Amino acid sequence: MFNKLSYEAQKRIIIVLFTIIPIAMLATFTYYPLVRMIEYSFTNWDGLATNIKFVGLKNYITVFTNPDYFKVFGVSLYYLIATFVQLALALYFATILSFNVRFKNFFKGVLFFPYLLNGVAIAFIFQYFFQVNGTLDTVLKFVGLGAHTQLWLGNPKIINISLAAVSVWRYMGGNFIIFLGTIQAIDPQIYEAAEIDGANRFQQFINIILPNLKRIISLNLILALSGAFSAFEIPFIMTNGANGSKTFVMEALEVAFQYQKVGLACAMGIILLLICIFVTVLQKGLLVSED
Amino acid sequence: MKNNDRKKSLLQYKIKYATSSIIKYITLIFGAAIAIIPILVIFLSSIKTKKDYDTGGVLSLPTSVTFQHYIDAFTKGDMFTGFKNTFFILIVVLTAKIILGAAAAYVLHRFRFKGKVFIMTAFLVATFIPGIVNNIIIYQIISSIGLFNTLGSVMLLGIGTDVISMYIFLQFLDSIPVSLDESAMLDGASYFTIFRTIIFPLLKPAIATVGILQGVGLYNDFYTPYLYMPDPGLSTIATALYRFKGPNGSDWQIIAAGVMIIIIPTLIIFLALQKHIYNGIQGSVK
Repeated sequence: MFNKLSYEAQKRIIIVLFTIIPIAMLATFTYYPLVRMIEYSFTNWDGLATNIKFVGLKNYITVFTNPDYFKVFGVSLYYLIATFVQLALALYFATILSFNVRFKNFFKGVLFFPYLLNGVAIAFIFQYFFQVNGTLDTVLKFVGLGAHTQLWLGNPKIINISLAAVSVWRYMGGNFIIFLGTIQAIDPQIYEAAEIDGANRFQQFINIILPNLKRIISLNLILALSGAFSAFEIPFIMTNGANGSKTFVMEALEVAFQYQKVGLACAMGIILLLICIFVTVLQKGLLVSED
Repeated sequence: MKNNDRKKSLLQYKIKYATSSIIKYITLIFGAAIAIIPILVIFLSSIKTKKDYDTGGVLSLPTSVTFQHYIDAFTKGDMFTGFKNTFFILIVVLTAKIILGAAAAYVLHRFRFKGKVFIMTAFLVATFIPGIVNNIIIYQIISSIGLFNTLGSVMLLGIGTDVISMYIFLQFLDSIPVSLDESAMLDGASYFTIFRTIIFPLLKPAIATVGILQGVGLYNDFYTPYLYMPDPGLSTIATALYRFKGPNGSDWQIIAAGVMIIIIPTLIIFLALQKHIYNGIQGSVK
């Protein structure tokens, strides 16, 4: 029956049929929540009461002035720095492994594998790792650095460094593979020409690899920075925010589900979105000006 | 004179090359060690006998091997339920994602129509919106349609919050020439038939990519099942392991076994499908 219709009619039907569900999903689970969050962020709704009061920018101001809430930005800073370390390592290993190296596939696999692991598994692995006399302490003692053992998770001053390090451990592999793919797509003849001209490896990196990677690095940077602010799973399972390790998203969700301050939580969510937008725009701006 | 100079600079070159080579391998080995050691220690703890564990250090090798901890973890941790639920979720969500993603991509790739740009922009923008805070509102939605504490909630969200799959198919469609569609149309085939018999079968590599990457993501998903399915009978393996730790907090050997149980399927998939995984990640970034 469908076959008997004209192609014009078929086209109209199939476009609607094939896109209606994805569009409905997108609207329901991405855009509708967004709109509601913006709406609620200007109220003092607690998730249950029927009288919602409009409070203007009060929630936003609270987030930035109340120290209880503001300190999560400090925590985000650790993850932010970790992001740069992560990308630098990914770039370094991708560059090394794009040239001739023995056991290339082994190293490639090993460096990448953590990226595939379950968050709960990683959290438990590293709880064990950071325990007193756990993996890290034992390895340090083994190489004679036993005097430097710390309360990796117990000390509020370094807990965020430990957790951010776990984040790097987990996610570097993803960036690494992406960079590696891009580097390997560069025409090898360009390298040969450069070698004939006498360029050493470092010069080759700066002048051949980097320009080709700019777009990909920028994209990875955006994703990684948004990811840094969205850090949640690992700290949540490992420490549940204890000792000053509560991240921005943890705070937002806690405020929403445990303290029932939905309005405030929505404001935090919107702030996160604005940060991500800001980072994206900043990136694009920097990129354009470089060209 | 010239010959000596040449020999000297060749030697210098060789030393420089050897040094940078050594540094290269040292950093690689160091990196690999950092990646492996945390997991290795957990693995060792999971197979040591209690005696070995109590007497040896974290890095010591077992004198004898036992799998009792695995059995304990699997039974006490109710991992069978976890695997069962995760399996159901995977099957339903992956099938839906693949069909819906391929269909939407087909239409967006092959046809020009009013509103197409709007739709594509909407999808593109959605990829930049951090999804996790949306749960604040989505929680209300799920509760109000009565899906809270059902497998349906996680399934629905798995399908509904994914935009990447469609992009993977969209990109892959570039390599399926329109001439195939056109010659089928000359035979009078409907668009539907073209999609079903020509396009979809040719999308197999993209289907594999989506299946693997999204599958891994779903397998590892913790927060969604945690938030929407508190019922222990509805545990996925992620929440099963998480809940298992509470009452068994200090018995690290069982927990280690639990961790290994979760990791092993991932390891197998990785070893078997390495190339696919790499290609998928590299491709989806484009």
